[in-house]
Amino acid sequence: MKKPSRRDFLKIMGASGAALMAGRVGAEASELHQVNNDTLGMLYDATKCVGCKACMSACKRVNSDYGSLAFEQAKFDSDGLWDAPQDLSGSTRTLIKLFKESDKQWSYVKYSCMHCQKPSCVSVCPVSAMTRDKVTGTVDYNKDTCIGCRYCQIACAFNIPKFQWDKAIPQIVKCDLCKNTNLAKKGITACAEVCPVGAIMFGKRKDLLEEANRRLRESPGKYINHIYGEKEVGGTNHLYLSAMQFNKLGLPVLAEAAPAEFSEKIQHTIYKGFIAPVALYGTLCFVALKNMKGHGKHQENENKEDSDHGA
Amino acid sequence: MGHDEYQKHDAKILTPSFIVLLTLTLIGFSLIAVRFIKGIGAVTNMSDGYPWGIWITYDVATGTAIACGGYAMAILIYIRNRMHYHPMIRSAILTSMFGYGLAGFSVMVDVGRPWNSYNFFIPSKWQANSAMFEVALCVMAYTTVLLLEFLPAVLTTLEKTEWKTLQLLLDKLYARMGMERPERIGERLDKVKEVAAWLKPRLDKVLIFIIVLGITLPTMHQSSLGSLLLIASTKLHPLWHTGFLPLLFLINCMFIGYSIAILESVISCYAFKRPFETKELSGMARIIPWLTVIWLSVVIGDLAWRGQLGAALSFDFYSRFFLLEFGLVAGGSLLLFSGRKRESIRWLFLSAALIVLGGALYRFNVYLIGFNPGKGWHYFPSLAELMITVGIVAFEILGYQVLVKILPVLPKLHTRQQLDEAAGQAVAEKA
Ligand code: SF4
Ligand code: SF4
Ligand code: SF4
Repeated sequence: MKKPSRRDFLKIMGASGAALMAGRVGAEASELHQVNNDTLGMLYDATKCVGCKACMSACKRVNSDYGSLAFEQAKFDSDGLWDAPQDLSGSTRTLIKLFKESDKQWSYVKYSCMHCQKPSCVSVCPVSAMTRDKVTGTVDYNKDTCIGCRYCQIACAFNIPKFQWDKAIPQIVKCDLCKNTNLAKKGITACAEVCPVGAIMFGKRKDLLEEANRRLRESPGKYINHIYGEKEVGGTNHLYLSAMQFNKLGLPVLAEAAPAEFSEKIQHTIYKGFIAPVALYGTLCFVALKNMKGHGKHQENENKEDSDHGA
Repeated sequence: MGHDEYQKHDAKILTPSFIVLLTLTLIGFSLIAVRFIKGIGAVTNMSDGYPWGIWITYDVATGTAIACGGYAMAILIYIRNRMHYHPMIRSAILTSMFGYGLAGFSVMVDVGRPWNSYNFFIPSKWQANSAMFEVALCVMAYTTVLLLEFLPAVLTTLEKTEWKTLQLLLDKLYARMGMERPERIGERLDKVKEVAAWLKPRLDKVLIFIIVLGITLPTMHQSSLGSLLLIASTKLHPLWHTGFLPLLFLINCMFIGYSIAILESVISCYAFKRPFETKELSGMARIIPWLTVIWLSVVIGDLAWRGQLGAALSFDFYSRFFLLEFGLVAGGSLLLFSGRKRESIRWLFLSAALIVLGGALYRFNVYLIGFNPGKGWHYFPSLAELMITVGIVAFEILGYQVLVKILPVLPKLHTRQQLDEAAGQAVAEKA
């Protein structure tokens, strides 16, 4: 999709006479975001994963999440021990899924927050409940400020933030890279810690990228030659290697530009420095006052006209 | 600009439609209670794929556009200097006030953690990148502005009232309890009257600045309602996802505003058995096609530019909804280009209805129909979810019906003549 450039956008706004135009002066595009490879992330290698779901249960353990949603619980399991969620949910931050094309073609995949370098969820949250840590790059959520508007869910291209639809006091649930739990205590994420086959590697983005590139180099036939997350939506800190096409694993094909850059650019064009709204208000006040003043005379004339017509 | 351009509509409040609306309102509000006790999932079909359902799409995104009558009228009267429409503004503002107030209320029903909303007022939590932040602040401010704009109607009534009903009620109450009614109450009531009388001229003086604020704020948040979906570049169908969303939403709310003002006037004249305001309406209808022509040209130009014209004409699911939206707006506008049809209440009503439907469908297309979060997600509102929306709309109409009967809102009949007389007097005095 070709995106309108800011200049074109402004041109047409101007042509159509939108008063918002007054903000052209001083409107600048948002600063281009820079990828920071010293931030923390994980590399998930789908070819190593054995689908044991140890990461899922470890994640629930450290986050004290309750079992799966009511409709996902098996009938025979009245005490809710057998937990088999079908998707990420208000009680599930990470999930292992199996995608089977044929007996030879299948792959596991792990879902959890991608910890985007330019996260859409942070860009849209109206009250800064979603934040990205400048140093670690971790995207975290604060339920004490969240108003529950679910704009983050609309915005996230990976459908990661989940809402607790079944609760009277709901919140958003998503992976926080164990920032408040395992990472704080043990220096590693719980899912990476428990993985028995080393399918989840935890570390700095640059090390993860290096390792991923090494694997691609050393076993070229084994993988699709692409590190998912390296460039997608401006880069993510959760990276993937796989033998199957990523979109078959439910990881969408995405452009390299971050959607948040596009939307912020337009929002900033209109609202930079609040000049446009103030100018608009000023102009309108001027016009309205003039009209009100002129009205006395105006009315007389009009009445004359009317009576002329009447005559 | 005298306040005696308006009058109360003298009629009974307890009509059959009152009872029907009240029932719907009560059903809606009890379902809202269920939502707060059992969670949003208990009453709605919203899901993590479709986190915004009919409440946001209709009550907020579309409802506020339909409530743009006041905005559109204010532009017409104060900016385009058509003062003779002034008698029509109060009822337009009243409907806007209900539309916006209840949109705000719907948001409080829709959001999961409304008690945290105070964060909108804490500067350290502000998030200027978020279109929703802008929408929220503007809508709150605009609702306040609408209240202020409507205040004169209330003050005039307070000033003139004798508190008859209240007096009677109090007398009965005290009689029932076997007590004398204390003098104080009468004094207090007089005090209220005094305050109203004191406040009114002062409010009148600054009113124009408030009114202009009432034009600025919708310009901002109506365009931001379009910006809200800019971020969803991977989910919103390319027929609708464009950098022009803010501009399209802004023009869209203007033509919906004028059209809805026509519909409201026709409906209320019909329902309250008043003569139709044909002359004013046809004058107003003349503006609409110009707005829609701009809107339609931006839509087509943008689609052509992005190479999506093929998709628009592919007749798949999305294309059909697009063509329907486009056809409704274009069809309604075509009718309005004919001067003869503009003079007929029937045609005016029909074309305004088509345009409102098309404009509203555009908003539905952007917020719901064109929104596809990925495989496996579906959404259609549940009955309870719909009934909550119906309840809120019913409350809106109910409120309008009652308020026009107790406050001077509708244009005074034969205002024209009176204005002439008043002007004549003024001239005589000057001479
Ligand atoms: S994957 Fe979604 S939730 Fe996670 S950081 Fe990116 S945008 Fe936010
Ligand atoms: S639901 Fe909460 S975290 Fe998500 S955008 Fe709204 S306020 Fe922010
Ligand atoms: S990093 Fe922590 S919170 Fe995120 S999926 Fe792994 S265990 Fe769960």
